[in-house]
Amino acid sequence: MSVITKRTPTDIFGKPIEVDRKNYLTEQKGLWSWLTTLDHKRICLLYMISVLSAFALGGLFAMLLRTELISAGPTLPGVIGQGQGNDKVWNQYNQLFTLHGAVMVFMFIIPGVPAILGNFALPLMLGAKDVAFPRMNLMSWYCWVAGAFFFVLVLLTKGLDTGWTFYAPYSTETTTAATLAVAGVFILGFSSILTGINFIASIHMLRAKGMGWTQLPLFLWGLYATGVIQVLATPVLAITLLLLIAERTLGVGIFDPDKGGDPVLFQHFFWFYSHPAVYIMILPGMGVISEVIATFSRKHIFGYGFIAASSVAIAILGFLVWGHHMFTSGQSPMANMIFSFITFSVAIPSAIKVFNWLATMYKGSIRLATPMLYALGFIWMFTIGGLTGVFLAALSVDIHLHDTYFVVAHFHYVMVGSMVFAFLAGMYYWWPKMFGKMYHERMGQIAAVVVFLGFNLTFFIQFIAGSQGMPRRYADYPPEFAVYHFWSTIGSYILGIGMLMILYNWVHSLLKGETAPANPWGSNSLEWHTVSPPPHENFRSDPPVTDPYDLSRWRYDPDVGGYILDEDKEPEERQALYV
Amino acid sequence: MTQTPDIPTEDHGDQGHPPHLAHHFETPKQQFESGKFGMWLFLATEILMFGGLFCAYSVYRGNHPETFIYGHVFLETKWGAINTIILLASSLTMAWGVRASQLGQQKLLLWMLALTFIGGLGFMGIKTIEYRSKISHNLFVGSMNAFYFTGDQPKNIEARDHAVGYGKDHHGVHPVHEDDETHTGNVSGISGISGREKVDHPVDAAMVEQNVSAHGDATASIEAAPTDLEGLADESKILTASNGPAGIEPQFFTVPVVSGDSRVRSAAEANTTHKSLEYEDLTPLQQERVHIFFQIYFLMTGLHGIHVLVGMVLILYLFIKSLSGAFGPAYFTPVDLIGLYWHLVDLIWIFLFPLLYLIH
Repeated sequence: MSVITKRTPTDIFGKPIEVDRKNYLTEQKGLWSWLTTLDHKRICLLYMISVLSAFALGGLFAMLLRTELISAGPTLPGVIGQGQGNDKVWNQYNQLFTLHGAVMVFMFIIPGVPAILGNFALPLMLGAKDVAFPRMNLMSWYCWVAGAFFFVLVLLTKGLDTGWTFYAPYSTETTTAATLAVAGVFILGFSSILTGINFIASIHMLRAKGMGWTQLPLFLWGLYATGVIQVLATPVLAITLLLLIAERTLGVGIFDPDKGGDPVLFQHFFWFYSHPAVYIMILPGMGVISEVIATFSRKHIFGYGFIAASSVAIAILGFLVWGHHMFTSGQSPMANMIFSFITFSVAIPSAIKVFNWLATMYKGSIRLATPMLYALGFIWMFTIGGLTGVFLAALSVDIHLHDTYFVVAHFHYVMVGSMVFAFLAGMYYWWPKMFGKMYHERMGQIAAVVVFLGFNLTFFIQFIAGSQGMPRRYADYPPEFAVYHFWSTIGSYILGIGMLMILYNWVHSLLKGETAPANPWGSNSLEWHTVSPPPHENFRSDPPVTDPYDLSRWRYDPDVGGYILDEDKEPEERQALYV
Repeated sequence: MTQTPDIPTEDHGDQGHPPHLAHHFETPKQQFESGKFGMWLFLATEILMFGGLFCAYSVYRGNHPETFIYGHVFLETKWGAINTIILLASSLTMAWGVRASQLGQQKLLLWMLALTFIGGLGFMGIKTIEYRSKISHNLFVGSMNAFYFTGDQPKNIEARDHAVGYGKDHHGVHPVHEDDETHTGNVSGISGISGREKVDHPVDAAMVEQNVSAHGDATASIEAAPTDLEGLADESKILTASNGPAGIEPQFFTVPVVSGDSRVRSAAEANTTHKSLEYEDLTPLQQERVHIFFQIYFLMTGLHGIHVLVGMVLILYLFIKSLSGAFGPAYFTPVDLIGLYWHLVDLIWIFLFPLLYLIH
């Protein structure tokens, strides 16, 4: 391989800057400076390492459980789990799907985009030097670590086999380490709450001069709506978990019908949080998609106001639909009908976003860079995931499909196919800004295709299996379902390989990546108005605020490998720039 | 009422910014307002969290009204009322302290913080008295509660009987019954009427009207049931809300009670000499549920008490920092924010007190 001479780092005018210039990565050295940092960009990286480790762990559990299911009958040896012989294998399966769900939901996907991409980009997009409460930001990360520690304890002790939903009565009776796990989730909840408070306060209070609410990039609207949900919904989870712990340790009887309690009450409490939680998961991702699609279509986002308003609408409506997880729990028909109706209506703002993204692409100059491939994949898979959600919202259909693989496929399409893809789109999109290095484009594109194919093979077939009656959370199945499971498992291996390719791409970029210019993609939101990687305080002074989707000022310069501004025409930018 | 004094909006000081100004804020005013905004957001989370407990309270009260009416005799309204006054007063002293810090009145600030702290101590002291008296009569959480049943029987029958006696003495009156056979509990509100279907029965406003006019008084909490047994079996005469969870029918308006002569009479009628139910007036099923009242009581007041303790620690922190003059017109943010927290703790008690101590 020929030696590639790296480009020199350049600023937004395409002027070279010193290679040894201090940035947030090199500002201070040593582990302690990282563990006590107040810099939102460093906190982003702390989260990145920890959250992606959790993702790997959750993914490992997924691969194991899919391997168990590749053929009927016990497949894996019974290593963890209670019981003997085959019972041990089946109990082990319960542990695998529980731990997969709990780790993925609470340690990866809920913090996911806000804690990593949000922490990095939010202050930069606002033209601010940091979030409103940097110490609280660090504390959020430590809450995450503490919660993760509890989960490690769970893994090292008796594990967990209640399902990530912790339904009573089993969760109140199980002899696995449910109390530890629930305590861990309680602490993780605070990480989420504090991040939400921080982001809402930052968006209200730290906008650069001249940036009104309608000049916010849509990623920030997404984070704002997410923050509102985090602040209002997560405390309800907190009290639910406290009640569950009280039930387990003190035997209070709140969820035990024998003692005058009600197990369905647990479901109400749990889903009152966990439904809005899924909007915590998706709204930031949708924000990323808005940024990526506009940038890689070289076009102003279509319907800014509608997209912003629909983020808020989703946040509000999301609080009103929790009962759709409980259609078969014995709720009254009236309650069922109301929840079903409102669930149909919460699909509308999501669809509005999809239409606006498509309209943005229409007659745009589309560049199929890696982030864009993920964004396009998102649109495909969010459409499927969202529509199947609407199928499930129909009462009569849900009676048939509840607790089948159809539901599993639906939520994986929205959580993985949409959310993880949006996360990956954002990672690739902001990667050059975060690290000052480009990733290998061709490798990124190939990995994106592999992940897309692997995901669809894994989960599309599960829609069919579910509608044919395959129940979820079952360790074994009759032979007629074997073909579905076999191909689903093969798909999961392909998905795993794709993820490894992504990891390789990123590590390779960190070690040997081409130098990134200030604005490789030609976007106009404020984070691209500073160098890559940014200096510690982001900007020297308030950068001038313009429409974040006005891409016309930037022109591509092949020597720089990115987009630059005309220095003569941008005196204010020159002042704000850190050189 | 009073306006926050003008916090400096311009930078000033040695290095170009005041010592308390964090680097990512432009002005102290922006910093203060951001902090206040963040604190309000945090208070919203606290309200949502306690809201879940209040929700649990409503569900259980709705499902087991007699149990709650009975359980209420064990709470001493006197202590609850004193606690309410203490917390209200401590909110006053806290607010005064915030004002003192805004105006740079050091000594006043220290006094007010000390008084607030003492108020918190008083509150926790009374809480201790209440909890201790309950614990000494075996009325704690879970299986430490005398009314806790395992299977069909109380876990500890002696403790239960002792607790029932305590309840009677506690309330200061003695039961008066028409005869000794007070325990035919199977025809009563909750379940056990044979042949009774569990159907949705939305509360019928017309029936409420009927009952109210029939009995000539408008107290909505306990209405008289139809006065004959056949009437009881006729579901249309029983006012019920729709089926609660687990098939239990909550009854919001009737507390039919059966005495030995099989005459159904209202709880109010049954206890002509005192205001609440007696343990013997409850059906066996209701008796099994009495412990739920205490669970809810301890969970709510316990979580609240933990928040009071946290508040006290924070006020102690403020006190210590104030000794060295850390707060003044230029920087009083922590006093203001912790004041807000303390007011919320007070507000939650204001809701807890009537719900637990006053309604019956």
